[in-house]
Amino acid sequence: VKDLRITIDPVACDAYGYCAEILPEVIGLDEWGYPIIRDGPLAGELVALAKRAARDCPKRALTIRARADRLTSRPVRRG
Amino acid sequence: MCPSPSPAPSLQRVHHLLGQPADLRGHLDAHGPLNVARGRSNSWQHSLVASLEESGLTGRGGGAFPTSVKVAVSQSGGHAGMVVVNAMEGEPASSKDRLLLTRAPHLVLDGAQYLATLCGSDRVVICVPEGRAAAVAAVRHAMQERRAHRYARVREEIALPPDRFIAGEESALANWIESARSAPVFRPDKGIPLRIGKRPALVHNAETLAHIALIARYGSGPFRARGMSEEPGTCLVTLSGAVTHSGVVEVDKGTPLWDIVQRGQPVEPVQALLVGGYGGTWVGYGHFRTPYASIPLRTIGATAGVGVIVALGETSCGLAESARIARYLAGESSGQCGPCAFGLPAIADDLARLAGGHCDHGLLARLDRRLGEVNGRGACRHPDGAVALVRSALSVFTADVAAHSRGAPCSSWRNPTVLRFPRPIGLGG
Repeated sequence: VKDLRITIDPVACDAYGYCAEILPEVIGLDEWGYPIIRDGPLAGELVALAKRAARDCPKRALTIRARADRLTSRPVRRG
Repeated sequence: MCPSPSPAPSLQRVHHLLGQPADLRGHLDAHGPLNVARGRSNSWQHSLVASLEESGLTGRGGGAFPTSVKVAVSQSGGHAGMVVVNAMEGEPASSKDRLLLTRAPHLVLDGAQYLATLCGSDRVVICVPEGRAAAVAAVRHAMQERRAHRYARVREEIALPPDRFIAGEESALANWIESARSAPVFRPDKGIPLRIGKRPALVHNAETLAHIALIARYGSGPFRARGMSEEPGTCLVTLSGAVTHSGVVEVDKGTPLWDIVQRGQPVEPVQALLVGGYGGTWVGYGHFRTPYASIPLRTIGATAGVGVIVALGETSCGLAESARIARYLAGESSGQCGPCAFGLPAIADDLARLAGGHCDHGLLARLDRRLGEVNGRGACRHPDGAVALVRSALSVFTADVAAHSRGAPCSSWRNPTVLRFPRPIGLGG
C-alpha cells in the first residue's frame, strides 16, 4: 500500500483556497488564506477528493505524491 | 581532546584555517602544489573519500550535514557537475567567510579543485556578493595568481549575486547562476541534488572547502586531533555584541560557549547568547557552559546554525533585539511563499508590540499560533529560522515576556541595538 501525501508548492500557491473547500478533512487555511495540510498519510477514502483538489487548483500547486525517501537512506555508489 | 601517542610537537601538523598564507607563493611554500590525480584515478578518489569520511567534517554553512555523504551523492550523479563555492554569507552577524577569502583564498579554491576532480566537474564558480569590494578583490587577485602559475586544474570563475540574506540559500544560488533570479526554489525532495541547467550543482560553503583542502593534503588525522570525537575539527565563529574585541575566532568544536565569548572580553555582565545567527537561537545564562557543537546544542533546544555568537549584555533588552531581528528577517523574505511573506511581518509586529509593552489581550496566544502555522511552510527554511529565533526569545527571556506583557517593559527596550544590520531596522509596531 502506497503512503500518499498531499504536497503544496508554496511558491506556486496563490491562496485561492479551493483545496480547503474540496477537502476540509485534511486541508485548513491560515489567516491569510494559504492551505495548511494535516500531518500524516492520506486516508484511502479521501484520495479521489484529493485528486480533484489537485486538478481544480488554478495554480497547479497541489500534488499527491508517495512519501519522499530520506536522503540518507538512498543507496550511495562510490568511486 | 588530546590526540593519543603523537610525534614530537615540532613535527606534528596542527589543523587550522586562520594564519595561513594569503598569497600563492606562501601557499605553495606551506602546502606544495595541488596533489590531485591526473585523469580518473580510482585509488586517489577512494583515498580522498575515505579521508573525508574519517574526518567527520560537516558543512559549515549552517546545515552541518556530513560532507562525505554530500560528496558521495554528487559522485553517484555521473554527469560532470559544477562546484559552487558559497561565500555569500548573507548573515549580518557573520564575517568568517569574507575573512577566509581575504586571508586564505587559496585554501578555499583548493578545496573546490579537490571536489571538482573527485566528482568529475569541469567548472568551479565562486560566489561572492556584489559590492563586497575587499572580498571580491581578494578572490580576483588569487584567481589571477593561479592562472599566472597554471596552478588550478579546473577552470575557476567568479560570480557576483546580489548581497541579500536569502541569496546564499543553496537553491537560490543555483537559481541565480542559471537564470540570474536570486530566489529559492521549491524542492519537494531535498535528496535530489541541485541542478544548474542539466548539470548537478555541488554547492559547498567556503569554510567547508578550506577544511577539505587541508584534509586532502594531510589526511583526516590533524583535523580529528582537534575538536570532539563526535564532532571533530575546528570552526570559525564570528563573535560580536557586548565584547571588547568583535571578530572571527577559530575554535575547536565543542569549546564551551562561554570560553569563546571570553576571548572577546565581555564589557558587561552577559544575560544571553545568540548562537547560530539571526535564524539561530538564544541561549540563556544557565547554559553558557554548553559545548559549541551541534549535538550538545540540540540537547538544550538550541541550534549551532552558522558560526555566529552574539553576547547580549544586561543593559540590552532581549525582546527588543529579537523584534528587530524578526523585522529584518521579514524584510529579507523573497516574498514567494504566502506563509513567509505574510506570516513573518505579522510575527514581527506581534513581537514589536510585546517589546514596547503594547500587548493586547490575545497577543501571546496569537503569536504562538502564528509561529506554529508559519513553521515549515516555505519553499526554503527562511521562515523556520525566524520562528526558531522568536520561540527561543520567548523561552529565554521569560521574565521580560511577563513584565512587557503586563505593560511594564524593561527600561532598556528603547536602547540602541547592539546587533549588526545592513540597513537601519526600526521596531515599529
